Amino acid sequence: MNTPHPGLWAVLLVALPLALALAAYVAGRRIRPILVWIAPLAMAALVTGLIHSLIHQGPFRYEVGGWAPPLGITWKVDGLAAAMLAITASVMGAVCVYAPGYFAGSFKTAGAGKTELFWPLAYLLWASLNAFFLSADVFNLYVTLELMTLGSVGMIVLAGTAESLAAALRYLMLGLMASLLYLMGVALIYASYGSLDMVALGGQLRGDPLTWAAASLMIVGLLIKTALFPMHFWLPPAHAGAPAPVSALLSALVVKASFYLTLRLWFDVFPAVARPSAAQFLGVLGACAILWGAIQAFRADRLKTLIAYSTVAQLGYLFLLFPLAAAPAVAKKAWLGAILLALSHALAKAAMFLAAGRIQQLAGDDRLDRLTGIGQRAPLALSAMALAGVSLMGLPPSGGFAGKWMLLVAGVQSGQWWWALVLVAGGLLTAGYLFRFWAIAIAASDHPSQRVPVNWRMELPPFALGVAAVLIAFLATHAVELLEIGAAFPIGGTGEVAP
Amino acid sequence: MNFDSSVPVLLIASSLLPGLIIFTLREEQRGLRTTLNLMGASVKLLLVAVMLWGVHHGHAYETVIPFLPGFDLTFRADSLPMLFVTLSAVLWLLTTIYAIGYLEGSANRRRFFGFFSLCVSSTVGIAMAGDLFTLLVFYEMLTLTTYPLVVHRGTKQALRAGRTYLVYTLGGSVLLLLGIAWLYALTGDLCFKEAGRLGDLPGEYAPTLRLIFAMLVLGFGVKAALVPLHGWLPQAMVAPAPVSALLHAVAVVKAGAFGIVRVVSDVFGIEFANRLGVLTPLAVAASVTIIYGSLRALAQDDLKRRLAFSTVSQVSYIALGVALGTPLATIGGLVHLVHQGLMKITLFFCAGNLAERLHVHRISEMDGVGRKMPWTMGAFTLGAFGMIGVPPMAGFVSKWYLATGALQAGQPWVIGVLAASGLLNAAYFLPSVYRAWFRPPSGEVAERAPAGGVEITWWLLLPPLTTAALALGAGLLAASDFSPLAWAKVITGREFGL
Amino acid sequence: MTAFTLYAIGGVGLFAMGLFSFLAVAHLLRKILALNVMGSGVFMVLIAIAHPERAATQPANVDPIPQALVLTGIVVAVSATALALALTCQYHAETGRTTLPEDSPGDERSDR
Repeated sequence: MNTPHPGLWAVLLVALPLALALAAYVAGRRIRPILVWIAPLAMAALVTGLIHSLIHQGPFRYEVGGWAPPLGITWKVDGLAAAMLAITASVMGAVCVYAPGYFAGSFKTAGAGKTELFWPLAYLLWASLNAFFLSADVFNLYVTLELMTLGSVGMIVLAGTAESLAAALRYLMLGLMASLLYLMGVALIYASYGSLDMVALGGQLRGDPLTWAAASLMIVGLLIKTALFPMHFWLPPAHAGAPAPVSALLSALVVKASFYLTLRLWFDVFPAVARPSAAQFLGVLGACAILWGAIQAFRADRLKTLIAYSTVAQLGYLFLLFPLAAAPAVAKKAWLGAILLALSHALAKAAMFLAAGRIQQLAGDDRLDRLTGIGQRAPLALSAMALAGVSLMGLPPSGGFAGKWMLLVAGVQSGQWWWALVLVAGGLLTAGYLFRFWAIAIAASDHPSQRVPVNWRMELPPFALGVAAVLIAFLATHAVELLEIGAAFPIGGTGEVAP
Repeated sequence: MNFDSSVPVLLIASSLLPGLIIFTLREEQRGLRTTLNLMGASVKLLLVAVMLWGVHHGHAYETVIPFLPGFDLTFRADSLPMLFVTLSAVLWLLTTIYAIGYLEGSANRRRFFGFFSLCVSSTVGIAMAGDLFTLLVFYEMLTLTTYPLVVHRGTKQALRAGRTYLVYTLGGSVLLLLGIAWLYALTGDLCFKEAGRLGDLPGEYAPTLRLIFAMLVLGFGVKAALVPLHGWLPQAMVAPAPVSALLHAVAVVKAGAFGIVRVVSDVFGIEFANRLGVLTPLAVAASVTIIYGSLRALAQDDLKRRLAFSTVSQVSYIALGVALGTPLATIGGLVHLVHQGLMKITLFFCAGNLAERLHVHRISEMDGVGRKMPWTMGAFTLGAFGMIGVPPMAGFVSKWYLATGALQAGQPWVIGVLAASGLLNAAYFLPSVYRAWFRPPSGEVAERAPAGGVEITWWLLLPPLTTAALALGAGLLAASDFSPLAWAKVITGREFGL
Repeated sequence: MTAFTLYAIGGVGLFAMGLFSFLAVAHLLRKILALNVMGSGVFMVLIAIAHPERAATQPANVDPIPQALVLTGIVVAVSATALALALTCQYHAETGRTTLPEDSPGDERSDR
């Protein structure tokens, strides 16, 4: 099934950012305009081309280098992968436009040379994210996960503070341990079934103890990487301590990647192994994450810490998918809802971090008690955060509402009332800590507000991302059509098609 | 897409687009902003007039916008929506004029007018919603767009009021979300239908349906200020006068009451709700609110807070009307939606004028203001009489129908509630009217009073005079074919299949 | 005991020891070592799988795929270890600490 045309898009999606990463390392300053403007547009075009061929030719598999499995690596493109690639391109594009403004501002580094390292690392991350979403080989996924970790850690350290070093070290250590857990699982899978291809494995898996052990190892490793409670403690320092564009990439994309893989493994590879009790356990952890993240966000004394804990809470929402999808009648609805939630969270959280970076630059600090009345000086940035917040709270009309509503209906329809209650309670808690910040930001401040000219390069990207988070609700039916291409539903052959 | 199916969207767009454009303007572009506001309000009124003519002649204005998979946004403009939409459109134009005058020279007007327009768009969306899901979407948007208006001044007090507002409304929205999702899970359909559609469900669903009814009514009851969910309303008085006027006459409180009306008549159906036995608790809750609100109003010295509690009391007349379950009572409740809006907004406009011109915020300071600001106090007096229920003001018409409806329902105790409420209204309105006209003005008021000529700018005087005249006209001309009363009769006729 | 069983159990044992050590010790260098031991454990398991006895096809040949996995894994482990070591050195240079703050809160070697 070697179709060169769609495969070409896929290959370029990985090769182009990789080449640019190398070029940026060698000649960063000279090719800056390409990195900031041209490359994101080119990547957007590639993703569009990929989606176009996906819609017209259906899902496809591409064998890299022409080597057939099991020797070669296969890439698989279906609706879900394409959606994740699209979100990656959107967020990375916004960050690329935003980054020069951020690093040129009052950014404390020990020498300008350090900020030049942002570009190679960012593009490396982009390449590894794309390779990750395209991959359908469980070992290749390990390699791309490690690449993502290396790129992320490198970027966190750009902040130059001792806290960011500690946070980066903690993240790296835990990430490596988690990857090794995952790798051991891969080894056991290969030992039992002799294959590394997700599609082939999906059909073959039996529920024997070795498979169960392998599945547990892989999933636990991924849960650590997704910062699910109680393994979440590495995330707030890392995301809060990193420079704002890096925080955006981490919260929006990197943690989503490991969640995406958990989703894939659970539904595509391990459905025969997944037990309802495990699903309920994941749901309980998700509920704890929602509660704990919200409490800590409410108590945060810095804006970026607040947003980072918000990520912990929002990721908890995503894990409610697993118990909700255990009921076959609503499984597809829950699946679609969780993915919509993940996509809109990526856009909204990136918007929040980028806007927070601008606010931090204006106020000199992101301590909440210094930010009184900041809305007067940066109304566009605050509007971006407001739009993003609407999506995070799950209020209409936003993508967050779309996802939450579908999960809620799935929960109520299948009689799983407690998850429905957790969902709505989470929305209230989110509103609690978000409005705490907004009230501070729009309070009449004691100092007269000097009007600051709008820095378009720094304020338009978060605003655009915020608008996108809201508009996704109106594109939800199209998004669902895309997601359904090649989707592994119905589960167990009895799933109902979503209305 | 032909004209008929695009009109509802155009109606929403007539305030949504100016609102969005206003956000992009600079703070100093006053003229352009004023033009946009007034143009948007006029276009909306024009569209409403067209739609009224159309609905009268049997046109159906329906739009379906795809939104979420399985859940579209549906709009349908028939008689009940048009009642609320017309009220909103007329009062929005007047409040815009008032706000332009009131906020002259204050800060952050761009933010104010932007959210103001968005707020009205949400209200119109609520009015025209064709199913519970669309209603929910715009109901939540209303919460979002009114919060910045409540906290507009940015003071600690305003922020605290905003926080209280959010706690109450988001709490209510939790109940709404769960109730609507549950209803969808039960029936798979959330469309509004005259006389409801739940009557066909088998009997064993009755306890579930009662619980859902309670959840929906409580969810809407927060905005409708049903006791004990009313706590946010008096605190929200810290907002500028145009906001109080809009919130209390048009947008938020009426939206809540409208939601309750929709649930009772178009989701459950009045007759089915009666059979379920949920109407009596609602009637009791509404009655308790009526009395409690009036009692609290009596105890207030701050003028706006007294008006706030009066709103708490008066809006429950609407809920009481539909809860009594008879055609006459329903007519009374529905028509009070319009009447109370007109009268209460008059009172708030006048309160704003008194504060603005004479720095009078308390009842105890109102001595002799009638001599200094006769037109304002004239409008105030008309509004107050209407609230008490003195004929020929509109308030009397609503109360008459509610009373006769109570008799029709065999619940004579309600007449006692109405009478007590009327007495309490008199108790807290007449003294202020007496003070204003028959007492000599106090020193400060005399100092600040205008030297001669017009007592206050036309921007601030025209709106209350207009609404007072409308309230008088709605009562005087209630028997005509085009009065709100005639309208309410049409809606009720369709609901009960008469 | 066959060669396969020996390597497999040895690999799992190393993995478990490495994991325990990673979770239990605080010193950063020892954590990095523990990670390497874990990695070696996984690699041993993979090599065991490559034994002809486990091959899916007959006549049995040594399976090349796990060997490829091990080689890739070694490369990844080397890069990751290098980064971890570099960061640890930098961290020590900046703060004088050899453990993360939460692992030994009373450890105040020097301050900055």
